[in-house]
Amino acid sequence: MEKIITAEHVDFHYSNDYDEEKTEPVQVLKDLSLNIKKGEFLAILGHNGCGKSTIAKHFNAILLPCGGKVYTAGFDTSDEAHLFDIRNHVGMVFQNPDNQLVATIVEEDVAFALENMGVDPAEMRERVDSALKSVGMYEYREHSPHQLSGGQKQRVAIAGIIAMRPDCIVLDEPTAMLDPKGRREVISTIRELNEKYGITIVLITHYMDEAAQADRVVVMDGGRIIMDDVPSEVFSHVEKMKSLGLDVPQVTELMFRLSELGIEGDTHIIDEDGCAEALMDILS
Amino acid sequence: MLSDITIGQYFPGKSAVHRLDPRFKIIITAIFIVMLFSADTFAGLAIGLIFMCISYGISKIPGKLIAKSLKPIIPIIVITSILNLFFIGGASVFHIWKINITDEGLRTAAFMVIRIAALIAGSSLLTYTTSPIILTDAVEQLMEPLKKLHFPVHELAMMMTIALRFIPTLIEETDKIMAAQKARGADMDSGGLIHRAKALIPILIPLFISAFRRAEELALAMECRCYKGGEGRTKLKTLKSGGADYAAMSLSLLFLAGVFVTNAVLQ
Amino acid sequence: MEPIIRTEKLTYTYSVGTPFEKTAVKDVDLEIEPGELIGIIGHTGSGKSTLIQHFNGLIKPTSGKIYIDGQDIWDKNSCNIRDIRFKVGLVFQYPEYQIFEETVYKDIAFGPKNMGLDEKEIDRRVRETAEIVGLSEETLGKSPFELSGGQKRRVAIAGVMAMEPKVLILDEPTAGLDPKGRDLIMSRIKEFHRRTGATVLLVSHSMEDVAKFASRIIVMNKSELFCCDETPEIFKKADEISAMGLAVPQITRVFMKLRQSGLDIRTDVYTLDFAIKTLREYMLAHGKEIPHAE
Repeated sequence: MEKIITAEHVDFHYSNDYDEEKTEPVQVLKDLSLNIKKGEFLAILGHNGCGKSTIAKHFNAILLPCGGKVYTAGFDTSDEAHLFDIRNHVGMVFQNPDNQLVATIVEEDVAFALENMGVDPAEMRERVDSALKSVGMYEYREHSPHQLSGGQKQRVAIAGIIAMRPDCIVLDEPTAMLDPKGRREVISTIRELNEKYGITIVLITHYMDEAAQADRVVVMDGGRIIMDDVPSEVFSHVEKMKSLGLDVPQVTELMFRLSELGIEGDTHIIDEDGCAEALMDILS
Repeated sequence: MLSDITIGQYFPGKSAVHRLDPRFKIIITAIFIVMLFSADTFAGLAIGLIFMCISYGISKIPGKLIAKSLKPIIPIIVITSILNLFFIGGASVFHIWKINITDEGLRTAAFMVIRIAALIAGSSLLTYTTSPIILTDAVEQLMEPLKKLHFPVHELAMMMTIALRFIPTLIEETDKIMAAQKARGADMDSGGLIHRAKALIPILIPLFISAFRRAEELALAMECRCYKGGEGRTKLKTLKSGGADYAAMSLSLLFLAGVFVTNAVLQ
Repeated sequence: MEPIIRTEKLTYTYSVGTPFEKTAVKDVDLEIEPGELIGIIGHTGSGKSTLIQHFNGLIKPTSGKIYIDGQDIWDKNSCNIRDIRFKVGLVFQYPEYQIFEETVYKDIAFGPKNMGLDEKEIDRRVRETAEIVGLSEETLGKSPFELSGGQKRRVAIAGVMAMEPKVLILDEPTAGLDPKGRDLIMSRIKEFHRRTGATVLLVSHSMEDVAKFASRIIVMNKSELFCCDETPEIFKKADEISAMGLAVPQITRVFMKLRQSGLDIRTDVYTLDFAIKTLREYMLAHGKEIPHAE
């Protein structure tokens, strides 16, 4: 399958020019290589400070690698001539919904990127409306952001990216500040964009149940990728995940505990339906 | 609570006044102000007032709001009228203790009060019927010629937009920080001036830090959405002017002419 | 025993007399015993945040009464509201945003200083609470702004703990943290409870977090008290609570599914240990073999 993002042996450290003592810079990313295929739903897991947000910022040239290369939609991210092409192809959504909405009216915020790109007003109207419809926020187009709930604001932020018609959206903990309802709204929006419109999704999260819905999970630790597989395989390593300061879905842990007791429990189970089915088999 | 303050004071509606091109609204407001200040006679003022009342009537903004807009300037009105009442010479109307009230004083006081009140009430109609963001757009476009003089028109408008966007957020945040510090026993309601100023530190520092953090995150989000300054930008909503706008402006000019006529005739 | 917190028909209405008038808390009657670990759950806008701000006098009820330690806190003759704030410590959501001092030590000392304690007592409290929340001696001298997010959060929580309140209320103390950070914070809060015997109230959207922690749970829904009961009893109402838009633990949903599939199994299962126990009991009762049965 076609690749949308390729990271090759990426090293990264923040510059320490201002540090008087000139200590050795801390390597945030170490020799990291990753391919992201067009149309896939990828989740990145890792505890705070493992480098997952840093790699995400490399995908649309917000950060440039200190060593190695990142290619986005075929463009080398260090090639400044294509900076806006790259950002057009890969959009980003951040954690705090309040701090990424620019305009005081929902539809104008969604139009922001298009205004920057100089899109013709008539086409802009059409793209803004369809973006708002695709996240289910069309009825709120004339609202002001501060009248919306966290989940709604986050969906507006997603619409602002969708309006650019990108191939890929990178979401850096988009649900961390939301309540359960907001989380559900955002996750189902993301899934729909992936399934219906074929948009590549890169989701960074601390919620294991969200990662369980992805096609593929990458686990990072200390600036490296240490696991890269389908979710059921990644989460089946219950003890390893815990040792990394991560978690596994509750159902996986239940299966793991059952298998410890000698009751046949399949730790590849990551969702409720699978778990209920397996328990039915055990119990009846 | 702080969040009770309404910012912008915009009252959405569909009236003809609401629908006017905001650029014309700004110009018409300016013409209205000229009416008030060029009027030398009560008749001239009355023309201005009629113009204002017609505008309010068409806009369907409830009259209660006129009173609301005047509330904050009551002290100014009172002071102006007192100064005019007491310190303008002329034929004495009545006399209390050492204070001499003159007919000229009464006249000027009434004149000034009407003028100031009309000024505030009339220009409030602009903000009542125009959303702050559209107003910002209009100001930006009216200032467009200044771009040639390298005046940062777009940047100013962007700053205004972001300020408008974040005022409610920061007000909410201030409320939260205040509550959090009060929960830690911060005493903000008693003590002398210095004590009170000091008591603000635990609120201001977190507020500034948070504002900077927000600014940083917003800048990043804007960068991700291809923001590169004002050059080559288009707008979702382009301001369009039509017959109604010109008609409204002509009407206002007609009233202004009326004011000049009364000045000439009655003096 | 006298309840530490008691409310009588507690009602609070915002912006009375304006078009924005809204009742955030309505007729709440509650009793919380000293030393309890209690959870409060409710969806956004259910009134739970408004309710807890009544407990330390940040909000004055529109009507109804609130008693802390048997004392009517709005009775001007017998009660000083600032003393109530020291008795009932409130940790807001994302408390790290309230940090303002130059050192961690000074920030933790802010509350105790406001109480008018002497240097020696302040010092003892700062060091003790720093230890409870797991901040090293060396961290105390650092600027709080150099710390990681999780550490900052612990500094802020310590700042309230250092007032040694009889009741500690925490609003979503683990919001936005990674799993390790969440576990750490929760274990530190439990440690505080173990050492001081204070009442601890945990406010959350997540039944999972609350279930692991509290022996009793208050459920708020649409400004009203939906129920207040022992944790297992609350989970018997899991489907109603789920319908309120709250997150029911995954494990509970699995047992609800089993039940729907026709299995005669209890659904008030909310922790892994309890799930395993339930499964084993079911297997024993139905004559299944359990390999490692003790």
